[in-house]
Amino acid sequence: MSRIGLFITCVNDALYPQTPKAVVTVLERLGYEVDFPPAQTCCGQMHANSGYREDAAGLAKSFDRVFGSYDAVVTPSGSCAAMTRDQYPDLIGGDIGERVYELSEFLLDHAGVEDVGARFPHTVTYHPTCHGTRALGLGDKPLRLLRAVAGIELVDLPEADQCCGFGGTFALKNAEVSSAMLEDKRRHAAGTGAEYLAAADNSCLTHIGGGIARAGGPAPIHYAEILASTA
Amino acid sequence: MSTAFPASSRRPRSDGFSGAAKVALGMPQLRSNLAHATGTIRGKRAKVAGELDDWERLRDTAAAIKADVQHRMPELALAFERNATAAGATVHWARDAAEANAIAARLTREAGAEEVVKVKSMATQEIELNEHFAAEGMAAWETDLAELIVQLAEDKPSHLLVPAIHYNRTEIRDIFRDRMADAPAGLTDDPAALAEAARLHLRRRFLSAKVAVSGANFAVAETGSLVVVESEGNGRMCLTMPETLISVVGVEKLLPRFADLEVFMQLLPRSSTGERMNPYTSVWTGATAGDGPKDVHVILLDNGRTDVLADEVGRQALSCIRCSACLNVCPVYERTGGHAYGHVYPGPIGAILAPQLEPGRHDDLPYASSLCGACYEVCPVKINIPEVLVHLRQTGPHQAGEQAAMGAAKAVMARPRLWRAALGAARFFSRPWRRRGFMRRLPWPGSKWTSSRDMPVPPGESFRDWWKERER
Repeated sequence: MSRIGLFITCVNDALYPQTPKAVVTVLERLGYEVDFPPAQTCCGQMHANSGYREDAAGLAKSFDRVFGSYDAVVTPSGSCAAMTRDQYPDLIGGDIGERVYELSEFLLDHAGVEDVGARFPHTVTYHPTCHGTRALGLGDKPLRLLRAVAGIELVDLPEADQCCGFGGTFALKNAEVSSAMLEDKRRHAAGTGAEYLAAADNSCLTHIGGGIARAGGPAPIHYAEILASTA
Repeated sequence: MSTAFPASSRRPRSDGFSGAAKVALGMPQLRSNLAHATGTIRGKRAKVAGELDDWERLRDTAAAIKADVQHRMPELALAFERNATAAGATVHWARDAAEANAIAARLTREAGAEEVVKVKSMATQEIELNEHFAAEGMAAWETDLAELIVQLAEDKPSHLLVPAIHYNRTEIRDIFRDRMADAPAGLTDDPAALAEAARLHLRRRFLSAKVAVSGANFAVAETGSLVVVESEGNGRMCLTMPETLISVVGVEKLLPRFADLEVFMQLLPRSSTGERMNPYTSVWTGATAGDGPKDVHVILLDNGRTDVLADEVGRQALSCIRCSACLNVCPVYERTGGHAYGHVYPGPIGAILAPQLEPGRHDDLPYASSLCGACYEVCPVKINIPEVLVHLRQTGPHQAGEQAAMGAAKAVMARPRLWRAALGAARFFSRPWRRRGFMRRLPWPGSKWTSSRDMPVPPGESFRDWWKERER
């Protein structure tokens, strides 16, 4: 029996407990036992991408210590998974990134399951987040899982492949450009008329949701929460 | 240069990228011109790149050829000089912009001319050859339609391939009417009428020019040949009609073999204009008696390039073939235009090239990106632009306050107990906002977030509390 570690990410640790709970629900429903090592904090992406290499390396080493003994690490973030796979080899060496799976990778590639037994009778539009799609190469994996959900009605998001403008500290350093990108994303999402906007990264959803809270649009939701739902 | 016409989005240097971007975002006409133009080219590129089933292998091959060039640059540059000289060209070496400009001006005077016609060229924009000629009391006339528009407007290019992308046709009509002495009376903004006016204007220049200045897309070491890829035929006129031809070529443009062109001539047109085949491809090797210019010069330009070579991560920027696909897919470029970057090379490639070519002068450009990766996905020579952006951020300077904040964040995140305490404190102090669910206004630097976005409030029960409860 392989040991599965759950990396919830710092963003979910601080703001979105419902997302890692949903991951636990889905994995346990499929018969997996999950472990949550409480010493976990952050993968170091914010520091690395903001230019603080030494700080990032320190956090990456902590990650490696906390998760090094697991056979697989599952995380509900395409961006953080990409960090461990893309940047860790150069930052700290080793190959832990190869054992870190974004949830949809774990479900489709490792568990071989497309229908996780969820039911979600709502209209949903899906935003493929940049790091998950491009850096990690998720393709349409989260979408394939969503298509198998009972009762769901998926609506295409226009210009879905366009970045929402988050970009970590980019949202602060170039707040005006970031906000202009956000407004276009929000407008497209609102135009779908969907009840929910799903994505594979709560950091991007914090950004899009922050705009939606002001100007309207579908309710942001991590797709793991849809997979956990049996309503 | 005087002020641009009709309205410039040129970057005031002191404000840096974010200041200039803010100005550009406030120009609705500029934004709609850019969104329309980049959107159109983006669609065309995706369609024609998708037609080739060996597209990814072409990209890999091109990247490998360029990496080879970077490893063997001195050897290839000398081979180019040897072979071009044997074919009748004169090769000059220029360490920097000043040397290149001085050589070009001297050669022009030696040819008995005071003015030159120009093929569209990024290298000559980079060294500001036109400005140097003007300062010397000489003139350099752009003959590419869009470069002509920009030159008449006394503006700067805002895109590598479509330098007048920030103008629409009505604005171009106004520029021609006000700035082109031989513009026909009653000129309309019909694209055909505008092109015809430019054609007649340029034809007179081609017929009288003694000297032409070009860049080159490729310089083939094996044969000493130069290649210019263009789509209006103005390049062909410049390269064949005048008696003297001076080409300013960055040393990174070298290719080892003539056969390498097979790879790049498939990648470049599809990536840049979205065309399957390039309309006018000119290849010349030295001078040929009775055909084309008698006096052929090549100025091999360094201007910071060999310094970039020393950076193992950063040097992939020298693989760029100036196709501009990265500009057209970049969500930041699309909204700010090229002038906000404050450098002749704008967009994602500019954000990694400018700070390397001019160290210390563009330290904010690596941050002009959300790291979305769209640029890397389309780059025909597979420059990992996000990787270089992060690398330049990690090797560049940091603002002291930010550095302290980042250091503090790391100190907390590196200690699980402190991290849990910090999360607990955040939950405690945000209680007043919990019922509402979000915060609308935060103090600086959070205000930069809440300028346009609400901030969610930490929940009452964390995942950790829930997990501990359930373990019990």
